[in-house]
Amino acid sequence: MSGDLYEVISAVGETIIGNRQMLTDLDAAIGDGDHGINMARGFEAVKAKLQTLETESDIGKVLKTVGMTLISSVGGAAGPLYGTAFLRAAAPSQGKTELDVETIGLMLEAAIAGIKERGKATTGEKTMLDALVPAYEAFQDGAKTGKSVIECLELACEAAKQGVEFTKTIIATKGRASYLGERSRGHQDPGATSSYIMLKALLEHLRR
Amino acid sequence: MVGVVIVSHSQKVAEGIREMAMQMSAPEQKIIAAGGMADGGIGTDAFQVSEAIISANTGDGVAVMVDLGSAVLSTETAFEFLDEELRAKVQIADAPILEGAISAVVEASLGSALAAVIATAEGARTLNKM
Repeated sequence: MSGDLYEVISAVGETIIGNRQMLTDLDAAIGDGDHGINMARGFEAVKAKLQTLETESDIGKVLKTVGMTLISSVGGAAGPLYGTAFLRAAAPSQGKTELDVETIGLMLEAAIAGIKERGKATTGEKTMLDALVPAYEAFQDGAKTGKSVIECLELACEAAKQGVEFTKTIIATKGRASYLGERSRGHQDPGATSSYIMLKALLEHLRR
Repeated sequence: MVGVVIVSHSQKVAEGIREMAMQMSAPEQKIIAAGGMADGGIGTDAFQVSEAIISANTGDGVAVMVDLGSAVLSTETAFEFLDEELRAKVQIADAPILEGAISAVVEASLGSALAAVIATAEGARTLNKM
């Protein structure tokens, strides 16, 4: 595949792998303590799989492979959720070797719809959606005013970061954290955090 | 005969439940364990689940037993990998995984249809032990 695509996915994977302890610690506070471990395992498997896709330049095909790999190697809820997100995002990017603002918007929209459908969740329940939906909305705001990919991603990242902060203020009503009820308040959601750091890694890589 | 798939985060749990369910099942009953990750770790794998569903089906559909929330997510993801004909004949039982599996194979052994197998498995939610 194009060096760029490989490097982008690797950068995202490395950030997850490098932050496995932080993500696990967040999940230990309000979940079953495996988000970091699971996500790192998933992205280690993605790294290995990417080696076999060296000649693939179709972004959709690569993202589909990332999705399938996450589905069968993450292990926890994040596998089906992020896996479905990548699979859905693959559709608008099928057959493309480059991405523009419009396509990325469609990809984010599809990814979010996939997560909502799979997780039967929406915003305000203290999940990854609390980072991703604001990120998407900010991205689209940028798109409407003619901003570049990087500018739109900057807006998206800032919104995702605020979304993560927001998750500290609410109770979880989905996933293992929902068992804790009131005790989940005050804690940052691990899924929202991993979503934010992935977007941030994407942005930082593109900015280089 | 309706097939049964057991989806657990633990390979040992899925296989153990399968062993127990086999004691109550008809000889031709398909019970497929789909637990844990390929590396033996704790978690669920939607591919493994989809393959288990395909193996468990002998034409009358499949009842799927699940342990915790993300087992449901993995199974629902697995449904997307099935062809439409099979997809229409698979259902997750909203039941305790072990007791539900046992109830399911007993019902299936009577030649019952999928809806009845699921209903009986879900009846295990209210079984008293004391």
